[in-house]
Amino acid sequence: MTNQEANEIILNIRNLKVRYETQDGIVKAVNGVDLTLRKKRTLGLVGETGAGKTTTALAIMRLVPNPPGVVECDKLEIGGQDILSLPEHKLEHVRGNDVSMIFQDPMTALNPVFTVGDQIAESLEIHEHLSVKDAKERAGDMLELVGIPRERANEYPHQFSGGMKQRVVIAIALACNPQLLLADEPTTALDVTIQAQVLELMNELKEKYDTSMIMITHDLGCVAEVCDEVAVMYAGRIVEEGTLEDVFNRTMHPYTEGLFNSLPNIKDRKAKLKPIKGLMPDPTNLPVGCSFAPRCNYATDACLIAQPQLRSISQTHRIACTAYDNPEFHIERRIL
Amino acid sequence: MSETLLDVRNLKKYFKTSRGLLHAVDDISFSLDRNKTLGLVGESGCGKTTTGRAVLRLIEPTSGEILFEGKDICKLSANEMRKQRKDMQIIFQDPFSSLDPKKTINQIISEPISENKIIRDKRKREDRVLELMETVGLAERLINTYPHELDGGRRQRIGIARALAMEPKLIVCDEPVSALDVSIQAQILNLLKELQEKMGLTYIFITHDLSVVNHFSDEIMIMYLGQIVEKAPTEELFTNPIHPYTKALLSAIPIPSLSEKRQRISLKGEITSPINLPDECRFAPRCYECVDHCRSGIPPLVEVNPGHFVACFEHV
Repeated sequence: MTNQEANEIILNIRNLKVRYETQDGIVKAVNGVDLTLRKKRTLGLVGETGAGKTTTALAIMRLVPNPPGVVECDKLEIGGQDILSLPEHKLEHVRGNDVSMIFQDPMTALNPVFTVGDQIAESLEIHEHLSVKDAKERAGDMLELVGIPRERANEYPHQFSGGMKQRVVIAIALACNPQLLLADEPTTALDVTIQAQVLELMNELKEKYDTSMIMITHDLGCVAEVCDEVAVMYAGRIVEEGTLEDVFNRTMHPYTEGLFNSLPNIKDRKAKLKPIKGLMPDPTNLPVGCSFAPRCNYATDACLIAQPQLRSISQTHRIACTAYDNPEFHIERRIL
Repeated sequence: MSETLLDVRNLKKYFKTSRGLLHAVDDISFSLDRNKTLGLVGESGCGKTTTGRAVLRLIEPTSGEILFEGKDICKLSANEMRKQRKDMQIIFQDPFSSLDPKKTINQIISEPISENKIIRDKRKREDRVLELMETVGLAERLINTYPHELDGGRRQRIGIARALAMEPKLIVCDEPVSALDVSIQAQILNLLKELQEKMGLTYIFITHDLSVVNHFSDEIMIMYLGQIVEKAPTEELFTNPIHPYTKALLSAIPIPSLSEKRQRISLKGEITSPINLPDECRFAPRCYECVDHCRSGIPPLVEVNPGHFVACFEHV
C-alpha cells in the first residue's frame, strides 16, 4: 500500500473485541473484528439481531457502557488519529465532529423538550464554536439541506412525523461535516416510500460532503442501494467481506448464501423460501469451532474443531470458512 | 358450502378525536374465498390493522356488514360472537408484547381451549397443547417455559399455536414476521404456508413488506388513508400495476440484487392527516399524475380487468 492510499483510510480497526460481563455470564458480542474504510466509501455491515453490528459501532464511538462492557482492541484509528488512548474529554471533541452516529429509532433519538433547531445548533456551538445566532442560522441551512423548511426549526420533535424526525437526526449528524458517519439501521423504522426518500437523501449528502459511512442494516435491499462494500457479521465475527459485487454476485460463505435464500424473490413468487435452520448461538457460550457450523448445511467435522480465519479470495473478497480448504468446494446460490 | 368465506361490505371505522373524526377505515368492500390469502398492504396509518381488527369485531365497526359464511357477524350478540370467534383468530405483530409474561407456554396455548370449554379434562388439554406445539415446531420440553426465555421466532410460533387452538377457518395475520430476522422470518412464512395447505386455512395477511406479500398472497389489496386504491391477483398487481400509488410503492422496494436497476418513482411528502378529510381523491396531494378532476370527488373502485380493481380518475 502506498502512502497516498494510507492517507485515504478513514477508519482502521484491528482485532476489536467487546464483551459484556453480566451476572448470567460473559456475553461475547464482538470477537476479533478488523475493518478498513477508505475515504468516500460506504460499508454495509450486515447481520441479524445479536450479530454484534451495533456493538461494533458503539465501540468505534467509544460508547460501550463500562461496566458491563469491556473493549479490547489492537488498533482503533479514525482519520489516522488513535481513538483508543484518548481521554474522555478529548473524545467529546471527536464525537459529533469527526464521527457521528444516526440511531435506529428517530422517535427516541431526539430530545422531546428542545426544539429541533436547538438540537442541531447544539453540536455547532460546541464543535465549531459558533455564536448562538450563527449556529441557529446554520441549523436552518441544515434543515433545508435535508428537505425540511427552515421555519420549522422552532418546532418540537413530536410535531414531526417519523420520516421527518429521521431527517432531523441526519441533519444533526451531518452538521459538523464528520469524516465518518455511522448509520445504525437508519430506515428500519420507516415506511417504504419514506425509506426511499431517506436513502436517496443519504446518497446525495454523502456525495456532497465526501463522507465515509458505515451503514448497519439487516436489509440486503438497502445495502444494494447505498453501499460500495459489504461485511457480513455472524456471532461477533466478520464471515465474508468484499465489494458489493463480490458479496452479492460471487457469494461464497454459506451464511451469506442462507441470508439471500431466506428472502422472498420478487421475480419468482412461487420459489420456496429456504430458511437457515436453527438459531443464532448463545453469545455466552459460543461453539469452539465455526460459530455457524451448527446451522450450516455444508459443515464437516473440521468445522467443529477450529475457528476459521478470514482468508483472501481475491484482492477485495475475503471469507472465513473452513469448507474452502477443499479446493473443489463451492456453493450454488441463485443470483436474484 | 359456498366458496366465499368472508364478504365485507361498506365497512367503516371512524374514531372520535378532539380535532374531529378520524377516518381509519372509510367505506371498503371486499370478499375472500376459502383457503386463499388476501394481502393487505399499505404504509403506517393507512388503516390496514384497523381493517383486520374490525373484521373480527375486536374493534366495533362504525357501520358496514361483515358476512362470515353468509352470516352478518355485526348483528351477533356478545355471547354469539364469542362462539363465532372460534372460527376467526388473529396473530399479532409483536411476539414480545402479545404474550402474557406471567403465563407458561402451556397456559397461553391452553387458555382458549379451556375458556371455550372445548376440552374440559386437564390431562387431555395438555395433550392437545403438545400436539399444537408439534404442529408449529416447538420442542416438547418448552411446555413449561415462560415467553421471556424464548427468542422472537419461537414466541411467534406460540402466537400461531394459540391461534390454531380453536381450529379456526380464518386467521388475520397482522405483520406476523415484521419483528423477526430474515432467516427466522422465512421459517415462519414457510410454517404459515404449510399450515394453510394442511388445514385449509384462509388468511388475511397484513404487511408493509411487498416482497413478503408477493411471495405469500393470492390477492393483494393496497390501502391508502382508509380506502382501497387497488386490488388484484398478485401476479397481475406486480406485472400490471395501474394506480400511481401502487406504482410508487412497487418502485420503492429495495431489491437485494445488483442486476436490477429500476426507475424509482419518488413520492413527495407524506401521508396526510386522516382527520376531517375533504371529498377528493385521498392520494391527490402526493400524486405525481394528479389533474384537476382528481379533486372533484372520491374515485370509485372500478374493475378494469377480471379481478383487477382500481380507484383512480385518471386511469380508469
